[in-house]
Amino acid sequence: MRVMAQMAMVMNLDKCIGCHTCSVTCKQAWTNRAGTEYVWFNNVETRPGQGYPRTYEDQETWQGGWTLTKRGRLQLKAGGRLKNLLTIFASPKQPSIGQYYEPWTYDYENLTNAPLQEHTPVARPKSLLTGENMNVSWSANWDDNLGGGPALASQDPVLKQVSDKIKLEFEQTFMFYLPRICEHCLNPSCAASCPSGAIYKRAEDGIVLVDQDKCRGWRKCVTGCPYKKVYFNHRTGKAEKCTFCFPRIEVGLPTVCSETCVGRLRYIGLVLYDADRVLEAASEPDEHKLLAAQRSVLLDPHDPQVVREAERAGIPRDWVDAAQRSPIWRLIHDYEVALPLHPEYRTMPMVWYIPPLSPVVDAIAETGEDSEAARNLFAAIDTLRIPVEYLAELFTAGDTVPVTAVLQRLAAMRSYMRDINLGRDPDPSIPAAVGMTESAMQEMYRLLAIAKYDERYVIPSAHAEQAHSLEELATECSLDYEGGPGMGGSGPFGEGSGPGFADPIAVENFHMLQQRQTSDTVADPSTRKARVNLLNWDGKGRPSGMFPPRDDGDPADGPQLRDAESTGAEVVQPLPAGGSESGPAGTGTAPRSGTGPGGGASPGGSS
Amino acid sequence: MTTSTTDILLWVVFPYVCLAVFVLGHVWRYRYDKFGWTTRSSQLYESRLLRWASPLFHFGILAVFLGHVMGLGIPKAWTRAVGMTDEIYHFLAISIGAVAGISTVVGMALLIYRRRTVGPVFSATTRMDKFMYLVLATVIFTGMWNTIAGSILNLGGHYDYRDGVSVWFRGIFRFDIRPELMADAPIGFQLHALAAFFLFALWPFTRLVHVFSVPLGYMWRPYVVYRSRPDRLGSRASRPGWERSERRPERTGRR
Repeated sequence: MRVMAQMAMVMNLDKCIGCHTCSVTCKQAWTNRAGTEYVWFNNVETRPGQGYPRTYEDQETWQGGWTLTKRGRLQLKAGGRLKNLLTIFASPKQPSIGQYYEPWTYDYENLTNAPLQEHTPVARPKSLLTGENMNVSWSANWDDNLGGGPALASQDPVLKQVSDKIKLEFEQTFMFYLPRICEHCLNPSCAASCPSGAIYKRAEDGIVLVDQDKCRGWRKCVTGCPYKKVYFNHRTGKAEKCTFCFPRIEVGLPTVCSETCVGRLRYIGLVLYDADRVLEAASEPDEHKLLAAQRSVLLDPHDPQVVREAERAGIPRDWVDAAQRSPIWRLIHDYEVALPLHPEYRTMPMVWYIPPLSPVVDAIAETGEDSEAARNLFAAIDTLRIPVEYLAELFTAGDTVPVTAVLQRLAAMRSYMRDINLGRDPDPSIPAAVGMTESAMQEMYRLLAIAKYDERYVIPSAHAEQAHSLEELATECSLDYEGGPGMGGSGPFGEGSGPGFADPIAVENFHMLQQRQTSDTVADPSTRKARVNLLNWDGKGRPSGMFPPRDDGDPADGPQLRDAESTGAEVVQPLPAGGSESGPAGTGTAPRSGTGPGGGASPGGSS
Repeated sequence: MTTSTTDILLWVVFPYVCLAVFVLGHVWRYRYDKFGWTTRSSQLYESRLLRWASPLFHFGILAVFLGHVMGLGIPKAWTRAVGMTDEIYHFLAISIGAVAGISTVVGMALLIYRRRTVGPVFSATTRMDKFMYLVLATVIFTGMWNTIAGSILNLGGHYDYRDGVSVWFRGIFRFDIRPELMADAPIGFQLHALAAFFLFALWPFTRLVHVFSVPLGYMWRPYVVYRSRPDRLGSRASRPGWERSERRPERTGRR
């Protein structure tokens, strides 16, 4: 047994309203740059639908993931190592920009610069690839909410698998949203496809990253990833992918997509797994048994033997504790409601999904029956074959049994809790019918429906202690140097070439961000020498010094000042010059005026 | 026979300067600009032409490279020693060389056509790219010309490069300089050699550096690479003088 820790995510699809906030905040944080205009580390797809890039799930076309050879050995679907190398000059199965979309901007300047004329000037779309005028005909969410109707939705590769029974007529259709990020697989086929060995899996938390200095732009990872979540930056010529917001995760903050999720449907936590068993599980010949195989790779963090082995493998004690409190482990193992996306790709994906019950509930509600009565729901799950089979193609390689079981548990939870909420006597036969105890069902309800922040995100911080951030404060800002982020421009060899950047996403900055976000106190200079740095003002309270003192004693200022005095804690924002003493409550600290925590180019800092 | 200053400059100084720039330039570029070290692939923009043109060009030029290793690197005496007559050698060189050369030229022509006509590809082309294509095309076309005009059609009389250019080329690396051999070579070979050495000097500053990234290690490495976070505080190396104080490793064993 070789215990490793993996940072994993579960998304509760019943709660996803398809608002794309996760996509937008992710894009603002990570891919708001030249060359990554079409790159969505996080995207939300309407299912049925073609997904992004279009029809990426059709592995007969795109050749992503793993397959078994005739002798039962695991091999990249795109071919063996030699074939991979020989096709390096023109990757045969790489989606072109047409499968994504041609990024564009608008000629906004024309709105103000156009001469006086009879008609209102318009901002024409301009291609970001060529600069020419273009007609916008596709984008990342062109078929949102089944937009485009059956003509587009019928191209869904998953739908084609169950097509003989499918009804896309308006009256009989169903839909739900599927937010997707990189799966941070246990058996990543992108990493296995990379000729340069630039894609690696972090030994500590299993996050899969691309080493930008080692990537040579061979593009094999784009083919290798069956989820098409590795993107080619067309300006720098390097592969980029979702980072699981590792700088935030390292200091215990959830990813940007999770933090900003309106529906609070994302869960982040650790799972422990047996690295020695990954290959064996991924090689399971029966696709319907892959889900069980993947579950069996995960280790019970409460098992004393696992804890011992984890300790021997050098996993810190607080990480084992976090794995024991992990919502991921509970959703996958205890309640068995989370399922992996496309286990048949054999990459052992580590972003799991709770399939949506809503299409079923909606269908019953339309018939006029009581859509939350357990009997109706159970019967409907069985009879409404289409959603179940569709979900099974997504989450269980087509096996409807586990999906039905999950939906029944969710249905049971709804009915059981409805009785409680309406003040009726809870019916213990409902949990029993799905193999759960009453207390387990109430715990699951708490985790899924109440979904407190601290229970959704159980993220132990990485063991890089904070002493170094003091060094950053005491010396100078890490971004102040020639060619640093914010200096802009590019080197002589094209976009982004030039001397090695210091990391703009310095862990130190995220430590400060975390302190600031989790502190209760007002960042408030109380000495006259301190000046208000609005770049660092987090909107909490009104720092004195922001407005000149009023002679008549503004009553609005009163309680604020008394508050600060009554706590007895002097809340001091440190002087802008480095090295001054820090606020006692760990309030926001500024390395330098003009560079807020998070730094100019640092992604999370904008939140 | 005496050699003029021009000959010394062209056939001794220039090659050495270019080779020095080639070597030092790569060292410098690798240290200075790992992030810019990439193929800068444009496949995302267009793949219909690239699918044919790129393998044609790359496999062609690999064969051409091997041909040059044979022709420039291996002395006549060696091939004769293994029983290969000059006629057989010549026939092999011309036939294989022609196939490789033609696929290289066709591939390159298609690639340049694609680069000029496909909008996104053209906008992604840097000035250095254009200059490099010019030099590379010069090298390839003079090389083709030498093969066709010199070796096949025998225009301008017979010239055996294995007795001239090759000996001079090997001499550069053995510090046995023979500029007079190049001075006597036909103009086509002279231009080809000059353009080639200029390309070498240009090499480290162009996208051609990706040649040195041939990922042969992929054949043997494990599929999935694991890496640990660097064992340091924070995400970047400490500044000099700010390193953590650490316990020194204890001395063990004999005192």
